[in-house]
Formats: sequence, structure tokens, C-alpha cells
Amino acid sequence: MSRRGRLALLGPALLGLGALLGWGVAGLPAFGHYRGPYGFVLDRIVVPLRHTTNVVMGTTFDVRGVDTMGEEFILYAAVLGVTLLLRSGERGRPGRQAGERLGTDGLRLLGVTMVGGGVLVGLWLAAFGYVTPGGGFQGGALVAGTILLLYLVGGRSAYAPFLAEAALDPLESLGAGGYVVIGLAALASGLPFLTNLLGLGTPGSLVSGGSIAALNWASALAVTVALLTLFAEFLETYVVPLARADEA
Amino acid sequence: MTVLATLVPLQAVAFGLVALGAPLVVLTRDPLRQALVNGVYGVSLVCLFVVLEAPDPALSMLVVSGIAYPLVLLAAIARVRGEARRRRRLGRARSRPDRSGRR
Repeated sequence: MSRRGRLALLGPALLGLGALLGWGVAGLPAFGHYRGPYGFVLDRIVVPLRHTTNVVMGTTFDVRGVDTMGEEFILYAAVLGVTLLLRSGERGRPGRQAGERLGTDGLRLLGVTMVGGGVLVGLWLAAFGYVTPGGGFQGGALVAGTILLLYLVGGRSAYAPFLAEAALDPLESLGAGGYVVIGLAALASGLPFLTNLLGLGTPGSLVSGGSIAALNWASALAVTVALLTLFAEFLETYVVPLARADEA
Repeated sequence: MTVLATLVPLQAVAFGLVALGAPLVVLTRDPLRQALVNGVYGVSLVCLFVVLEAPDPALSMLVVSGIAYPLVLLAAIARVRGEARRRRRLGRARSRPDRSGRR
């Protein structure tokens, strides 16, 4: 199509889209004026009914737990797609591993320290997700991200255990499938899918929320391993081992 | 104007940073710099979420825009540049490097 033809198509499309967007924005409630009622209802019922002091997690893993299951499988499907695309391509050559470490010892020390601290913060975010802000997704992504830092400071040999598909794939299935199994457990005992079965515990403690804790850990595992699988595919397919600074 | 009047100064600053950051990401042409600028832009969004009292999305945004996304981008850029360097060394590269990022 010619340049003029494309512009002739773009103009009306932009105008139409702009008009719709302007119309939509004009109809929004004023800034800071939430109309509800969904949020107001949740604010009032989640803590008394589910004992999770982080209402967001009570909502995502219980009130709309089925939606969250769908979201988890979106990530699963995305990683599956990337894996299928990249595995057909050329693999990184394991021969080129010389000089893949960072040059400065201080930088490596800082990196290694950050790996330990980052994993700890990630686990804390996941564990206390339903008590304070955080949750399985945030914690899982942080754990996976800090493990990838190990590749940058320690090189491929230090990161090798996290490249093992034989370990990653079953763990990913355990995380993604675990969510569904918890839902089916309710179904098996004659209740609707994903009904909160376990005892609700004390609000504000780790022993609260019933099934929410289990669902939270299942999604933390699923997110961590999904990202690690993604990183493994990228590292194996795309990354040339890091060269020393004086080599570049 | 009614919207501006309801904003607390801190919220206005956070919105301003986001409005400033978004075009900067788009206008940065070099992919490596763009990945870094995008990370900084992500942090400005995190600030906005915190200021608007939404800690959960702020944490999600922090780990996605600060860790996961840039790392994937950097991995891809490292590969593309490493390939280009290897080709140059082998003397098969064209006189002008391909800037579109395709191999």
C-alpha cells in the first residue's frame, strides 16, 4: 500500500479512536471519587469472612479465585509459547564459556549478597502476601529475578542447576496444577469449585485465610518456575556468555 | 481544572514524572538505553501507585518493570550485539551495522 493510502486509512482511524477515548475519559468518575459498590462490599466482608488482612489477596484468591486461575494459565501459556518458539531454534554452544565472569570482585560480592537478600525478600513477600501487601506473583517474580542475578555474577556454571528442564517442568506443573487441584478438592467434597475449605485462622497471622495460603504458595511456585523456564530458554538460545571487561 | 484541584501535590508530581517518562521511553532509539529508561519509567509508575495508596500493584510493577522485563530485554540485546560483534570479527559484516535489530 502506498504511503498516501496508509495515511488516508490512519487519519480517520485515529480520529475515531480519539473521539471514543475522549468520550470515555469524559464519562469517568472524578479523580478520587470511587463509585463502588464492589470495592466497598469487599472492604467490609473480606476480613470478617476470610480473615486475610490484605483484602486484595482475599479478593484475588477467594472472591474471584477462578479469574486468578485463568491469569495463572495465561502466564503458563505464554511461557509454553516462548519455549516452543525458541526450542526449535539454534541452541547456545556450550563450548564458548571462557571468561564469562565479571571482572571486578567487589561487583561480584555485591551481586552474590543481593542474591541471598533478594530471595529472602521474595519469600517474605510471598509468605505474608495475605497479611501485608505482596503475594505469590510479586514474591515469585522477585525470587526468579534474583536467581537470574546469579547468572550475571557467577556465570553459566553457577546458574546451571536452574537451566535443568527435568527439574523445572515438573515444578511448573506442580504450581499451575496445584491451584486447580485445590479447587477440585472442594468439588470432590461436594462444595462448589475453589470453596475455601481449610480453617480460617487468626486475622493478621500466617495461619489465616484457609485455602488462600495454599493457593498463594501454588501461584508463587508457578510464577517463579515459569519465569525461570523463560530465562532458561532465553539464556540457552540468545545469550552469548559474558566476556570479561578487558576483552570487550 | 477540577481534576488538578483535587490532586495532592505529591500525586501531581508522581503523575508529572509518569507523563514525562513515557515519551522519553518512546523517543530513546538505542535499545539498550531504552531498556534502562523503561526501567526508570517503571519506577516512576511504582511511585505513582504508592502515592495513590495501591501497594499491591506497586510491588507487581516493581518486580515486572524493574527485574523481569529488563532482564529479558538485556538478554535479547546481548545476543544480537554478540552476534554482530562475532560477524564483524569474521569480516563478514557489512560496512554499516544493521540498526533495526534483526539478524
